[in-house]
Amino acid sequence: MLQDQQIDNATATANRLSVRNIRKSFGELEVLRGISLEAHDGDVISILGSSGSGKSTFLRCINLLEIADEGEIWVDGEQIQMVKKQGKNIPVSSRQVDHIRAELGMVFQSFNLWSHMTILQNLIEGPVHVLKRPRAECIAEAEALLEKVGIAEKRHAYPAHLSGGQQQRAAIARSLAMKPKVMLFDEPTSALDPELVGEVLRVMRSLAEEGMTMLVVTHEMSFARNVSNRVIFMREGQIDSDGAPETMFSDAASPAFRQFIGSFRG
Amino acid sequence: MDFAFLFQTMKTLLAAVPMTLALFFLSIFFGGLLALLIVWMRVAKNPVVRNFAKGYIFVFRGSPLLIQMFLVFYGLGQFGFIRYSFLWPFLREPFVCAVLSLALCTGGYTAEIFRGGLRAVPAREIEAARSIGMSGFLLVRRIIGPIAFRHALPAYSTEIVMMVKSTALASLVTVWEVTGVAQRLISQTYRTMEVFLCAAAIYLVLNFLILQATALLEHRLSRHRRAAPRLP
Repeated sequence: MLQDQQIDNATATANRLSVRNIRKSFGELEVLRGISLEAHDGDVISILGSSGSGKSTFLRCINLLEIADEGEIWVDGEQIQMVKKQGKNIPVSSRQVDHIRAELGMVFQSFNLWSHMTILQNLIEGPVHVLKRPRAECIAEAEALLEKVGIAEKRHAYPAHLSGGQQQRAAIARSLAMKPKVMLFDEPTSALDPELVGEVLRVMRSLAEEGMTMLVVTHEMSFARNVSNRVIFMREGQIDSDGAPETMFSDAASPAFRQFIGSFRG
Repeated sequence: MDFAFLFQTMKTLLAAVPMTLALFFLSIFFGGLLALLIVWMRVAKNPVVRNFAKGYIFVFRGSPLLIQMFLVFYGLGQFGFIRYSFLWPFLREPFVCAVLSLALCTGGYTAEIFRGGLRAVPAREIEAARSIGMSGFLLVRRIIGPIAFRHALPAYSTEIVMMVKSTALASLVTVWEVTGVAQRLISQTYRTMEVFLCAAAIYLVLNFLILQATALLEHRLSRHRRAAPRLP
C-alpha cells in the first residue's frame, strides 16, 4: 500500500500536471464528482462538455481560483498542500498558492486584461512585480511575445482600443510572459465574433506545436480534433470518456459524446 | 468704488491665504490617510471592524462639521486624561483642533467615496491578477488601488473643493484664515459687502486652480477610456 502510494507519487512528480479525484460543491450542488487527470509534458488536452458539466470549474480548481473540496493537485512535481477544515480542503500556504498560480497560465473567456494599462504594461506587470525580474529584460521579452501573437504595433494601445481577437491574443501573450509550465484556456474563443476566432486558434495551435502543455476548455470541435492529442468529455461533473481524438471522434465514442457532437453539427 | 480700500482689503486677506492652504492641505492629507484606514475596515470581513467603520462614517457624515469642531476645541480639554497628557500642548492649539476635526470629518466622507471606487473594480480584472500569483498588498497596490482611484476621482475632487470651503469654519475656533481675517476687517470697518466679496473671490480662485489640477489628473488617468490616438 505504502509502495503503491510511492509509485503513484512518482508519476505525479514526473508529470507536468496531476489531478487526483477532485470534488467540488457549491452549496447543495455537486459540480465536480471526482475527476482525475494526468498531463505529460507537451500534452494538449481539449475538455469538452455541455454547459453546466463542470469543465470551467475544473479548470478554475486547478489554478486555485476555486478550491476543490477534496482531491490532490500536483504541478510540475509539487503537490499543493491542503488541510481539511470542516471536511473541505483549505490551502496551507497562501505563498504556495501564489507560486503555483504564477506557474499556471490562465486565459479567460472575457480576456480580463487590465483596462487601465497599455498592452505592454499588461504583459510586463507579472514578470516585473510578481517574479521581480529586471524591467528592461521583461520589456524585450514582452515585445517579442507581442510580435509572436501578431500585435506588436498595438503595444502602446489600451485594451479598449483592440478588437476581441487582438485582446485575447494579448491575454495569451500576458500569460506566456510569466513563462508558465502549463497553460489553461477557459473557452478562449467563446466571447469572440466568428470572424475573429481563427486568429486566436492560430496562436494556440502554434503554441501547441512548440510543445506547450495545454488544457483547453472549448467548443471548437476542429481544434479538439486536429490540434489536441487528447480529448476529454465531461458530463455531470465526471469524465464520461477520454481518449485520442481519432478514437473519440470515431464510431467507438460513447453514446453521450456522440449525441453531444451531433448537437453541434445540428 | 473705493479701489484703495479694496486693494488694501485684498492685501490683508491674501496674507491669510497660507493659513487657509495649510488647513486645507494638512486636513486633506491626514483625512486621506484616515479614509484609507476606514475604508479598509469598512470592507473587512470581521463584523466588529466593519461595523465600527460604519458607525464612524455615520457619525462624521451625519453631524454638522461645526459642532464636531466645537466639540474638539472646547470639549477635549474637559477630559483629564487629555488635559494632563503629552497631547495637550498640541490639542490646545486652535490650528491643531481645526485640522483634526476637518481631517476626521473628511475621512468619513472620503472613505465612502473610495468604497464606491472599490466596488467599481471589475472582479475579472482582480481574478486575472490572482491568476498570475498576485495577492495581498501587491494586488491592492498594482491593480485594485489604481482602478478604484480612477473611479473615485470625480467624486473625490468634489470632496476636495468642499474641504477648501470648510476651512472657513476654522475662523470660529479663532484660527486666522481668510474668513476669520475678513470678519475682523468687517468689525473694524463695517464694510461687509466689499470684504466678503474679496474673500469669496479668493476662495473662487483657489477652487478654480484645484479643479483645474484634478481635471488634469483625471484626463491623464483616463487615457484608456478615450478613443485611440490616430497614428501617422
